[in-house]
Amino acid sequence: MIGVHVIALISAVITLTVIIELSRRRQIPEKYAVIWLVVAAVIAVFAIFPSLFNAMAHAVGVKNPPDLLLVTASLFLLVICVRFSFEIGRLEDKTRILAEEVALLRKDLDDLAAED
Amino acid sequence: MTPRPAVNGRSVLVVVPALNEATSVAGVIAAILYSVPDADVLVVDDGSKDDTAIVARAAGAQVVRNPFNLGVGGAMRVGFRLALAKGYDTLVQVDADGQHDPADVATLVGALDDRDDPQVVIGARFAGAGNFEVPKARRLAMRILARRLSRITGTELTDVTSGFRAHNRAAIVLFADRYPADYLADTVESLVILADAGGRVQQVPVTMRAREAGAPSQSTLRAAEYLARVTLFLGLSAFRRRSSERTSEGASS
Repeated sequence: MIGVHVIALISAVITLTVIIELSRRRQIPEKYAVIWLVVAAVIAVFAIFPSLFNAMAHAVGVKNPPDLLLVTASLFLLVICVRFSFEIGRLEDKTRILAEEVALLRKDLDDLAAED
Repeated sequence: MTPRPAVNGRSVLVVVPALNEATSVAGVIAAILYSVPDADVLVVDDGSKDDTAIVARAAGAQVVRNPFNLGVGGAMRVGFRLALAKGYDTLVQVDADGQHDPADVATLVGALDDRDDPQVVIGARFAGAGNFEVPKARRLAMRILARRLSRITGTELTDVTSGFRAHNRAAIVLFADRYPADYLADTVESLVILADAGGRVQQVPVTMRAREAGAPSQSTLRAAEYLARVTLFLGLSAFRRRSSERTSEGASS
């Protein structure tokens, strides 16, 4: 039998390792690496000291500590997804503007070549 | 491509957004040049996989090639920016699939007046001329859009999704800066942008040939999707307008 805390700890360690390796190879920007490193660290702390999480749940008035975990995890993922949607939208805009510029520049080049 | 008088002393750039239209684009270009000999034709090849660009160049058009597909809105943005840079008085949008009759280009340009505010003339399909059949659900969606847009622009409009349009110089300046790139938004939201900028829109009846019709089930599904998109777009645009009104009030006070 492996307890839920051991699974959480292992997941946290794997996440930490993968993120550190990815950022070492510069495959993931620092600003995103930081988010996931903090998440993994927090999970690790709560996996090692479960009583800490239980105490926190009781402090905010949640009777069943896993409920708090579920709600915070969902909210966090929701916020991350919305943020990524926003950033993807901005990137799409920028790519499109670059594509338009490229098209116009190529036309200018064609015109110049035709003049020579 | 140098602007020169083509219709009523105005220089005209006819922009033809084209995606894999190698079979029809040459005929469209020839018909445009026959109808308005002194207009320049610009084909915006929006990432075609076929010989659209080569065929268009051979048919006497200027060609801009987008590095990948940007959609009709994206293609038109390129057209507006080029028209602005080269100094054309008028930009007319014509589809490459032969749906629009190039003989009407002069009619659209002729409907532009001499005022300096942004003006768009739409070639409308349901305004009496010609026979044009569309599925019922799509027709309903278009009617809802038309009613809403009529209210926003203060003009009676029946065909707001028509891509057959003439723009005067001020409208070129406006749209070179901000022409919507999203699907549906290119034709519809551009009218909202025009109205918000104090521009005017007007519609002229034109004849139009229907494009090849798909299988009935497919076109019903498409029409339903279209209706959903229209609803979503109108909902979002209401919020956008309200927030832009608020910011402009804030700026003026």
